[in-house]
Amino acid sequence: MKAAGTHRSFPARRVEAVVLGASAGGIDALGAVLEGLPAGWRIPMAVVLHLPESHESHLAEIFAQRLPISVHEALDKMPMADGCLYFAPPGYHLSIERGRRFSLSCEAPVLYSRPSIDVLMASAADAFGPSVAGFLMTGANEDGAEGLLRIHRAGGLTAVQDPTEALVPTMPLAAIARHTPDHVLPLRDLRTLLQQLEPAHAH
Amino acid sequence: MAPAQPLSDTEIELRLLMEAIYLKYSYDFRNYTTASQKRRVLYALEQLELPSISALQDRVLRDATLFGRLLQFLTIPVSEMFRDPAYFLALRRHVVPILHTYPSVKVWVAGCSTGEEVFSLAILLREEGLLERTQIYATDINPASLEKARQGIFPLEAIRGYTSNYQRAGGLSAFSDYYTAAYEAARFDPSLCADVIFADHSLATDSVFAETQLVSCRNVLIYFNRQLQDRALGLFHESLSHRGFLGLGSKESIDFSGYADRFDTHARSERIYRKVA
Repeated sequence: MKAAGTHRSFPARRVEAVVLGASAGGIDALGAVLEGLPAGWRIPMAVVLHLPESHESHLAEIFAQRLPISVHEALDKMPMADGCLYFAPPGYHLSIERGRRFSLSCEAPVLYSRPSIDVLMASAADAFGPSVAGFLMTGANEDGAEGLLRIHRAGGLTAVQDPTEALVPTMPLAAIARHTPDHVLPLRDLRTLLQQLEPAHAH
Repeated sequence: MAPAQPLSDTEIELRLLMEAIYLKYSYDFRNYTTASQKRRVLYALEQLELPSISALQDRVLRDATLFGRLLQFLTIPVSEMFRDPAYFLALRRHVVPILHTYPSVKVWVAGCSTGEEVFSLAILLREEGLLERTQIYATDINPASLEKARQGIFPLEAIRGYTSNYQRAGGLSAFSDYYTAAYEAARFDPSLCADVIFADHSLATDSVFAETQLVSCRNVLIYFNRQLQDRALGLFHESLSHRGFLGLGSKESIDFSGYADRFDTHARSERIYRKVA
């Protein structure tokens, strides 16, 4: 699959799922990475964005208006369907179980965060092994560094926003300090990388 | 279907540990969700200073005291009063009026943990004039949590958040009417739970013990896989009287279970369901 407006070309890579995380400045960064996704997009994606716990999240509504794909707030045991984008609900950790279903948890926050990017990414590494891609963007704490490392160790693909471009570079820098990501790129190129991923034939 | 990701050594150890615990102590964690169970066991290893899950299994088999400690890691005693105020508001507005039509009411708080939800419901029922003729059963598998629940003492630092929740849940009094503060703790009015039956009960291994009109089981089923969720939902369905109510956590749904068509929706976003046939 070739995406329109591609600036760069990345090696072909098949994945069953993509997981993305960001914190401060994350809504805009995520919007930039997901911009221009085609209507026939096949790979399921799950996102953790840090938001205040006490507020109902409107992320799913916001991104449903912007994107031509189906967008949901993940519920417990909801199946992860092809081509859909899921957001972790505020106040819960989000994991992906074997069998491609979500599970939620109210365990204590990890690095002051619930949902935690580390939790989502580590579960994705267990569930998909090498067939998952993790994207980590702007943020003011170190959540995601451990999770991305777990994806890397399982053989998955890791991509981090170029810290010089990130609104808050703490999160990308922490990830780069833990392992050498497959890609360190500005948002524009993360978008290209995402769109060049190909769905693994899981069904 | 592509071949499933092979079980990691950690996952194999985890399954063996849960099997050992079940065979030895009859606590059945075998059908809990893997991701969060793995996190909790790995955290327990750090705290107990043990090198591996296999080492933990070896120790736990021979040391019941250690199992008691491990149990505190395997269960998730995280709760708050009037969590998700909209749920309690919906109970007040849409369930209590129907409960009022019964001469006596039985309520089951399943997986009550340290009791925050029990006291919240007791306050709500008292304000609605129902507590006097309501029998509450509060059950959990963790004896330490049940003991805390019986005491009704919660950290004072949490009270500000609980007060805000209580107000948003349609509370009719000042929240401070219900507790006395001393030594960094808030002790709740013991008369609220004087008639509550706190009991050891497992949704994984025990059966139904009473006919109830309302089951409140919030953020408990999220730790179960679908097989165990269906077992628990089966118990609730069996326990509930005709058209009885089931309340779940705000991000739980009956739609992905085998009981989707055995309940209908009473308050959709507040996750209150009603038994059908």
